[in-house]
Amino acid sequence: MHAPETMKPFRHIGTRPVRPDGVDKVTGKALYGPDFKAPGMLWGAILRSPHPHARIVSIDTREAERLAGVKAVATGRDFPTLESLVMHVGEGASDIVDVAHNCLALDKVLYEGHAVAAVAATSPEIARDALALIEVEYDVLPFVLGLEEALAQDAPLLHDNMFTKGVKPRPDKPSNASMRVEMGAGDIEAGLAGAAVTVEGRYTMEPVHQGYIEPHACVASWNGDGQAQIWCSSQGHFSVRSLTASVLAIPQSDIRVMPLEIGGGFGGKTTIYLEPVAMILSRKSGRPVRLAMSREEVFRASGPAPGAIIDVRIGADADGRLVAADVEFKYHSGAYPAVDAGAGVSSAIGHYRIANTRVVGTEVLCNRPAAKAYRAPGAPQVNFAVESALDELAARLGMDPLELRLKNAAKPGDPQTSGLPWGKIGWIECLEAAKAHPHWSSPLGPNQGRGIAGGYWGNYGGPSTVNLSVAEDGTFTVATGSPDIGGSRASMAIMAAEVLDVPYEQVRCVVADTASIGVSMVTGGSRTTFATGMATVEAAGEVRHLLCQRAARIWGASPEQVQWRSGEVVCLSGDKQGETMSVADIASRSFHSGGPIAAVSALSARGWLPGFGFHICDVEVDPETGHVAVVRYTAIQDVGRAIHADYVEGQIQGGVAQGIGWALNETYIYNEEGRLDNPGFLDYRMPVASDMPMIEAVMVEVPNPDHPFGVKGVGEVPIVPPLAAVANAIKAATGKRLNSLPMSPERVYAALHPEG
Amino acid sequence: MPSPAFHAPDTVEGAIALLAADPLARPLGGGTDLIVQVRSGRVTPSSIVDLKRIGGLSGVRRDGEAFVIGAATPCTSLKDDAQFSAAWPGVVEAANLIGSVQVRNRATMAGNLCNASPAADSVPALVAAGATCVIAGPAGRREVPVEAVPVAPGRTSLAAGEFVIEIRLPAGRRSGSDAYLRSIPRTEMDIAVVGTAANLEFDGEGTCTSARIALGAVAPTVVLVEAAGAALIRTRLDDAALDAMAEAVRAACDPIDDKRGTISYRKAMAGVLARRAVRIAAERAGVKA
Ligand SMILES: Cc1cc2nc3c(=O)[nH]c(=O)nc-3n(C[C@H](O)[C@H](O)[C@H](O)COP(=O)(O)OP(=O)(O)OC[C@H]3O[C@@H](n4cnc5c(N)ncnc54)[C@H](O)[C@@H]3O)c2cc1C
Repeated sequence: MHAPETMKPFRHIGTRPVRPDGVDKVTGKALYGPDFKAPGMLWGAILRSPHPHARIVSIDTREAERLAGVKAVATGRDFPTLESLVMHVGEGASDIVDVAHNCLALDKVLYEGHAVAAVAATSPEIARDALALIEVEYDVLPFVLGLEEALAQDAPLLHDNMFTKGVKPRPDKPSNASMRVEMGAGDIEAGLAGAAVTVEGRYTMEPVHQGYIEPHACVASWNGDGQAQIWCSSQGHFSVRSLTASVLAIPQSDIRVMPLEIGGGFGGKTTIYLEPVAMILSRKSGRPVRLAMSREEVFRASGPAPGAIIDVRIGADADGRLVAADVEFKYHSGAYPAVDAGAGVSSAIGHYRIANTRVVGTEVLCNRPAAKAYRAPGAPQVNFAVESALDELAARLGMDPLELRLKNAAKPGDPQTSGLPWGKIGWIECLEAAKAHPHWSSPLGPNQGRGIAGGYWGNYGGPSTVNLSVAEDGTFTVATGSPDIGGSRASMAIMAAEVLDVPYEQVRCVVADTASIGVSMVTGGSRTTFATGMATVEAAGEVRHLLCQRAARIWGASPEQVQWRSGEVVCLSGDKQGETMSVADIASRSFHSGGPIAAVSALSARGWLPGFGFHICDVEVDPETGHVAVVRYTAIQDVGRAIHADYVEGQIQGGVAQGIGWALNETYIYNEEGRLDNPGFLDYRMPVASDMPMIEAVMVEVPNPDHPFGVKGVGEVPIVPPLAAVANAIKAATGKRLNSLPMSPERVYAALHPEG
Repeated sequence: MPSPAFHAPDTVEGAIALLAADPLARPLGGGTDLIVQVRSGRVTPSSIVDLKRIGGLSGVRRDGEAFVIGAATPCTSLKDDAQFSAAWPGVVEAANLIGSVQVRNRATMAGNLCNASPAADSVPALVAAGATCVIAGPAGRREVPVEAVPVAPGRTSLAAGEFVIEIRLPAGRRSGSDAYLRSIPRTEMDIAVVGTAANLEFDGEGTCTSARIALGAVAPTVVLVEAAGAALIRTRLDDAALDAMAEAVRAACDPIDDKRGTISYRKAMAGVLARRAVRIAAERAGVKA
């Protein structure tokens, strides 16, 4: 939308070249996690708890070990005894003891599906049969699934040493509340009391799954000399290395993790479930061991995003100026402490200028799989409540809901919830773009309604390493440590080609294994195009500099006499004045002019900026059945600067699609025994293609001044506003406010036909 | 657990012999239910008898006053037969709501029927259409109404060694039409929360002369609601008739509460969708309801 703030037009930035990994993917040749096989490999399988909460009295594996073809059996006792240590892997922090116990339970199982034992055998069938021979004696305990139930005085405790963090003084009794986070400013009660109009409401939702199509899978091979290799897909193979090494108490350098193509992660593949187990089985059997989850195991045992109960009170003066906002929420963290509450608190109301605020989040343990990061972890839940409440407030004020948001929108320099000032954010620009967009003023048909919502996500920078090398023929290879989950290889190639001013195809990008490149943080927090991109730009600049130096040396000129121009070196003065030297020329002579040419950039990127999005959603509600069809959707987002326009739009569309699924039909269904009743895509209803309208992605470009090309993270923001945008549209179409997700046909029908 | 033996006979008699010889044998149509169930361990057949190689079991043909649909005919190919599609648009649309295009390129109506799921989509449409099926077995052949096949969720009335070889529908000149609608939370790839089929005939004045209304997913097996049909006969589908029809439909529902829907929602939807299906069938017959 906005003209890029740039002196000269870009050659590659913002274009849409074909991704380098595309052909492999569309022809089915790409190797994903479950595709990998090693010679002599054994097939592993995991025995999982049928109980949501139980003490493990004993595990008898002798029968299983005796079965012909079984080469190894493992239980939690095979892990070393670990000291508590909190490890940050990006979009989440976990105590390594919890990580280990989640991979294989030690004394207690905390959810149905919790791994209890594992086997490795010469065929998948034998492995499965061996599981049936393992005898586990459980002492079944009462379980708890709900947030309020888990906080009740007499609730069964998951961990008897859990004293709520963030509460002073430290509570004298353990509870299922693992953490409490509070932020705010001013005087909330006085603020609300002084408001001309206030709204209040409670909003709820069940956990939802990230829904990646590729299940978790790995092959591990651990040799007698202590060295190991792991092949897996993940959002961060360095995190796989550090977490696995910590769980097994071995040096990180003894593990080499080979990244495979990833078939979706959305935050859910920033952790480990299988790798240490496969390692133990491999060490015991002396063979490579494969472990892969079935879809059912993915649902029963891998991380959902937390469900929530959110209470909101918001007040405005008679002119529609927001004066107070009080938000208090509880998030499911499942079996182990999670960290979504902190992000939830800082993502709740910071997009508005409000003098009196109080935002409190509590993490609540319950007998469900441990919650894991899901695209803007912690933000969509609280945003659903706040943006729904604002819609109610606008109605109460008799004010246009977009005008209400524009009037109160935070600008650069305004304080965030933490008190720190916002940087160069493009929130107002998004709101203005929405107002000017034809969608906003288009007419609606019968039974249709239009909803809007805005939201944001903080994004991140952090550590990345890039190695950019010049081949003998003058082509370039960019190696990064960042798994490519959204087209980042194409974006890195674009940025390097831009700096070097060479054709895009002259730069190829690969994701290197943990032994072949320096440490890089997970691909998460919408950080990769920003941070790894920054390292790529730095490395490309260094290579350009080296190429100039080499040319000068070959010419016998001084470095000042040469210049980089149009992808080659030009001599500016002296007897070679006007001559040019191509990269191919320089590269072919590099061995005799100082050696191979390459540069490494290892940095911790700073200066990231949050992303803001504003969505317009039209729904059509069937008044007789409660079915909601999303008929038009426009997502407007400040993207800083789009490096590869298709993949930015793809991120926006993907986030919206997931948000619509979350809003309309996705939910976990537990039965009375505390077991998951819908561990598959048939009854865990993610949207299918025919459920989606064409999602129009509108890119607003307010460049980040602290990135060489103006990049801001784009991947997570788009899942934040859809929950409320859909709810607000349903309200507009039907007059009914739905406070609970999902807004399934049955729920909408019940709202429309309270008589039954 | 050993893998099941796989047989692909090329005659009906060969298939009967294989099925009769092994009480744990299962016939295989498109396999879109059976293979999923074998993989998940829900069923453990000792042998599988593929019906797709049997001559004459694939495709739609005319046999005098009947359309004959071979048991191995995939749902998508029903659409290729223009005469059949014109005569029974409701049956064709029901069969082509199953799963996705990929699923329907394999799935058969006979498999849908013999899988005996209460939510099977093509079955209410076949029942409303008055379809029959021919069953072959060690004792010879017999023809029964399709609704006689499923007796409970996952159970059929087929005896040992028996299997369905074809489904038959009337092919005479029609003065009516049919329709099928289902309620699912998504737009495809889902299991019916409720399915309703209507098959209507009219006289020259637009008065309904015959009406068959069948429901899926509201009881252990498909339900033919005779009272609902009776409420429409001799009417011009006025509001009172439609109300009475919908009331009879709701009364005939005996659903369960489960993860896919509650009793009250299923009942309500059965009424709503039956009304809509009747309207569509009437429109297709050129009658304004
Ligand atoms: C992704 C997916 C989506 C689906 N969606 C739907 C849906 O929307 N609606 C719906 O109704 N179903 C759906 N199904 C279920 C299935 O596709 C249908 O029931 C289909 O019609 C089964 O036909 P088939 O030929 O594949 O049967 P098969 O799997 O071959 O057989 C099903 C059962 O019937 C038996 N059988 C097959 N043929 C005969 C015969 N001629 N005589 C006797 N017994 C026989 C088999 O032994 C088996 O027990 C879906 C399945 C999948 C995998």
